[in-house]
Amino acid sequence: MIGQDLLGIEHLERDQIELILETAERMQEIGTRDVKKVPTLRGRTVVNLFFEPSTRTQTSFEIAGKRLAADVVNFSVSSSSLSKSESLLDTAKTLDAMDPDAVIVRHKVAGVPQRIADVLDAPVINAGDGAHEHPSQALLDMLTVYQEKGRFEGLSVAIIGDIAHSRVARSNIYGFTKLGAEVRVAGPPTMLPPHIETLGVKAYSSLREALDGVDVVMALRIQNERLGGGIFPSVREYSATFGLDRAKLRFARRDAIVMHPGPVNRGVELSHDLADHRPSVILDQVRNGVALRMALLYLIAGRAFPQDQE
Amino acid sequence: MANTRSPSPDSPPAESAHSASPALLDGIAADQAEASAAEELHERVVLDDERIRRALRRIAHEIVESDADLSALYLVAIPNGGVPLARRLAENLESLAGARPQLGIMDTTLYRDDLASRGTRPRLRRTEMPSSVDRGVVILVEDVVSTGRTIRAAMDALMDFGRPQSVRVVALVDRGHRELPIKIDYVGKNIPTQPGESVIFRAHERADAEEEVLEVVVQSLDKPPSATSGTDRVGGMA
Repeated sequence: MIGQDLLGIEHLERDQIELILETAERMQEIGTRDVKKVPTLRGRTVVNLFFEPSTRTQTSFEIAGKRLAADVVNFSVSSSSLSKSESLLDTAKTLDAMDPDAVIVRHKVAGVPQRIADVLDAPVINAGDGAHEHPSQALLDMLTVYQEKGRFEGLSVAIIGDIAHSRVARSNIYGFTKLGAEVRVAGPPTMLPPHIETLGVKAYSSLREALDGVDVVMALRIQNERLGGGIFPSVREYSATFGLDRAKLRFARRDAIVMHPGPVNRGVELSHDLADHRPSVILDQVRNGVALRMALLYLIAGRAFPQDQE
Repeated sequence: MANTRSPSPDSPPAESAHSASPALLDGIAADQAEASAAEELHERVVLDDERIRRALRRIAHEIVESDADLSALYLVAIPNGGVPLARRLAENLESLAGARPQLGIMDTTLYRDDLASRGTRPRLRRTEMPSSVDRGVVILVEDVVSTGRTIRAAMDALMDFGRPQSVRVVALVDRGHRELPIKIDYVGKNIPTQPGESVIFRAHERADAEEEVLEVVVQSLDKPPSATSGTDRVGGMA
């Protein structure tokens, strides 16, 4: 996969997903050492190109790159270049002239990582674009589920929240269905995109039905700015209907785990108690995120060698 | 991507197995698949299970007779082949010296010196180092050593786990063609090879045997050796 872009889960093959997950499992061992660094990407440069602030994802990629001994440069474009009216693609070309080995792109508009990948020689890893995809988050979610459950076939996964505006939901739907799990989505009707069933999922407007017998419950972050704007009446009503607490979790399997991409709106998507304790595995997700991103950089960073493809 | 396999541990290995780790199984199965794909391949067994047993017993004696501090012994297997060898060596050492040495598994892939020049990244194998190697007498266990590059990588990796008192190397087979100044302390058998020949260590699981059956074969091609022979695969980093 060296030199290949990772723009979404949609275009990954199942065996590629499995290779990434297996590699991430091996990478986890490095995080348990005293010296949490290997020399693998020494002399390589990884650029974090974030047009939208995201402390968590950016830090996770930064630590992942550093554990592999790459030089990691954070290029935050929120104000600097764009305020000088430099175009997006000019920024990208400028970056490319500095010969990075991988560029991690986050942008609030769907499709921007693709546009940037089109002009860059270096491979681009999408770190979230609009409501399109967030592949590294979905992969770390799959890794977390695999480590908890040991399999994907026959599992059912319920994703709860604003499905229509969630890149995390979309990437996870592609990923889990490719791996053989059943995926359900639930939320207020205004948060369920039309024709969502074409992605191979079942849509529910009742939380209770959606949770019935599932192995994994994934709560999405409700973006407060979307509430009260016609999509949904109020935080309180969302929380009462779709917010997870221990009582509602009883509809799921007894050994179901609870996941959240973070940051959690406590008391909205998840009760305080659930945000902090088993069966929620939120901090495992964060920990797995570093190993998963190490795996991505290991497999992808660098330029393709056309004469040496195995 | 051709050899990719599910990380799930429930897929049964086809014929070769020497550990519970699926990745180890995958690596060996892949080697065999690659070998059997070539039509003009000739194969001869140079070490069978009994001779490997004898070699490991002899090496265990040599280790015991050396001045090493046996209480600090730490056998570190380089996967895949080193794993069953280290396990057997540990059993021998236990019966000779009375104490079982510490056992670890250390993948060297992330320390290879050829990662930048390859078109694909090798699959990672399992690393399990249950304790620090500080002040330990570390014995690296490898199946086939050739260029010395894997041993070089292993020494670098080892230093990330502490500061051993000393490091020695066991190789079941030394096939020559060293490219680095690496000395093997304990050799099972020297097998000089020609270009185009490859030396392959295998562990077969047998239903009627408790332990896997080990063997070393030399494969050679009838035709002039091509770039796709197993040589690079087996010996290139060995």
